[in-house]
Amino acid sequence: MNDTLGLTLQEWQAVALSLKVSLWATVVSLPFGIAVAYLLARRQFWGKQLLNGLVHLPLILPPVVTGYLLLAGFGRRGPIGGFLDDCCGIVLAFRWTGAALAAAIMAFPLMVRAIRLAIEAVDPRLEQVAGTLGANCLWVFLTVTLPLILPGIIAGAILAFAKAMGEFGATITFVSNIPGQTQTLPSAIYSFLQVPGGEASALRLVAIAVAIAMIALLLSEWVARAIARRIAGT
Amino acid sequence: MSLSVALRHRFPGFTLDVDFQAQAGVTALFGRSGSGKTSVINAVAGLLRPEAGRITLDGRDLMDSATGRFLPPHRRGLGYVFQDSRLFPHLSVRQNLLYGRWFASHGDRIGFEDVVSLLGIGDLLQRRPGALSGGEKQRVAIGRALLSRPRMLLMDEPLAALDEARKSEILPYLERLRDQTRIPILYVSHAMPEVARLATTLVILRDGKVMQAGQLEGLMSDPDTAAHLGEGQAGSVIAARVQAHDADGLTRLSTPLGELLVPHLDAAPGHTLRLRIHARDVMLSLTRPQGISALNVLSANVRSVAPGTGPDVLVRLAVGQDHLLARITARSAKALALAPGIAVHAVVKSVAVTDRG
Repeated sequence: MNDTLGLTLQEWQAVALSLKVSLWATVVSLPFGIAVAYLLARRQFWGKQLLNGLVHLPLILPPVVTGYLLLAGFGRRGPIGGFLDDCCGIVLAFRWTGAALAAAIMAFPLMVRAIRLAIEAVDPRLEQVAGTLGANCLWVFLTVTLPLILPGIIAGAILAFAKAMGEFGATITFVSNIPGQTQTLPSAIYSFLQVPGGEASALRLVAIAVAIAMIALLLSEWVARAIARRIAGT
Repeated sequence: MSLSVALRHRFPGFTLDVDFQAQAGVTALFGRSGSGKTSVINAVAGLLRPEAGRITLDGRDLMDSATGRFLPPHRRGLGYVFQDSRLFPHLSVRQNLLYGRWFASHGDRIGFEDVVSLLGIGDLLQRRPGALSGGEKQRVAIGRALLSRPRMLLMDEPLAALDEARKSEILPYLERLRDQTRIPILYVSHAMPEVARLATTLVILRDGKVMQAGQLEGLMSDPDTAAHLGEGQAGSVIAARVQAHDADGLTRLSTPLGELLVPHLDAAPGHTLRLRIHARDVMLSLTRPQGISALNVLSANVRSVAPGTGPDVLVRLAVGQDHLLARITARSAKALALAPGIAVHAVVKSVAVTDRG
């Protein structure tokens, strides 16, 4: 097989795919995560507990169950998947986009929790004073709440990214484990461990997974500290 | 300018039911804590939605429960200065000051440079709120509210969180605000010295009701007011003008009461001032006192004798073209046989100059 930097093509593909899937899962779900966290932290509405439960469901359900529900809903014959295929030609099942969807849904509760905590830590009296100075809800959020919760958003995004990198059960159920197409880093490690002589490959991927997780963690610490220093401002 | 407030709101164990008007100048909402002052100012700002009532500013309804109209805070055009300055920690002083300007579409009464020099905050502009003292923070908060070009300024105990030194640092700025800008102010306070110094109109609240409302000078020499002010706070507020400085270090003031002498004041002749004469600092004598060290002895006429708190009575006196309040013991009042119409001499033991106009 083709060797680059000691990695085979299949190993490279798994790392690259995992990075792509996790990045997309994080970036696309971030606006939704902020919106849901804001609703849960600051608003009272009918069905709030229901929304809260739904958001947290992937955290407590077995990942295989989440994967199966995704397959049932977003598969080509599922109600949502069928509609997306008919109207826009979007297919999620057994594609990398489906892996991104599965990763996003599994990581969502962690992201929402981190951002919600950050919003709850913002003094609502600061938002109140912004209102008396003429800012409507949207401007209050953009000019006061958002800058103050930036460290929380970054922490939530990094957490979600790390969770997405590690997502296995829902992904393999929803999009299977096709090398070069849907085989993410965890699926690849699993596959290598199933074949004789695959331990070396698995070990290399494990090292990469650990390295990526450590870099993400350090980066988030550093960014959050820098922002907190800016806010405290002396 | 006129603000008209009429509202009713039930809190657990407490009902707010007030009706008053505020004109130009500083209208003080005065009362002890729990009297409903902050709820009233929050209702004006739109932070509290009263169950019933109507609040009108310059003919424009801010809220009216009869029509269901309720303008949200950001559309009321009011500047609110809170007890805690509530500066945005992520913005510099300059950015804090300019925050409300973004959203202000109406009016152009006051410029950035004017506000900065009025409040003396030019040296702070690049700093962060975290690096400011309490007094500095509060001056920036006032500037921020002013620069949102409000139709009216609301202040909820803006000095209460500060120590005496910081208070006296900010009070002159508030006086300048009152005298140099034409923005009306609704000022909530439980501190009589502040109110006597700043207010033009006084509204006294107690247990959610308006006890008295009217011009400060008139109300302060009314014995009925004294009962609501707290121990030792009764006294008259008198407008005065510097007449001359005597060679022996005294300053002559012309007042509606007549001429008063006070220790040297650092103010040019013609300057207007506000004096506060505590009721406890006024002695009464039936004959003109001879051989007495007090400088200010005024001819007066008893208007009313009202029981005060404890063993005291409050005597309302007509002096010159104004009124003066004296607190003496009931025993003395009986000994002097004080009754309305009797001519007396009022010995003013001390005069507090509260305002340099």
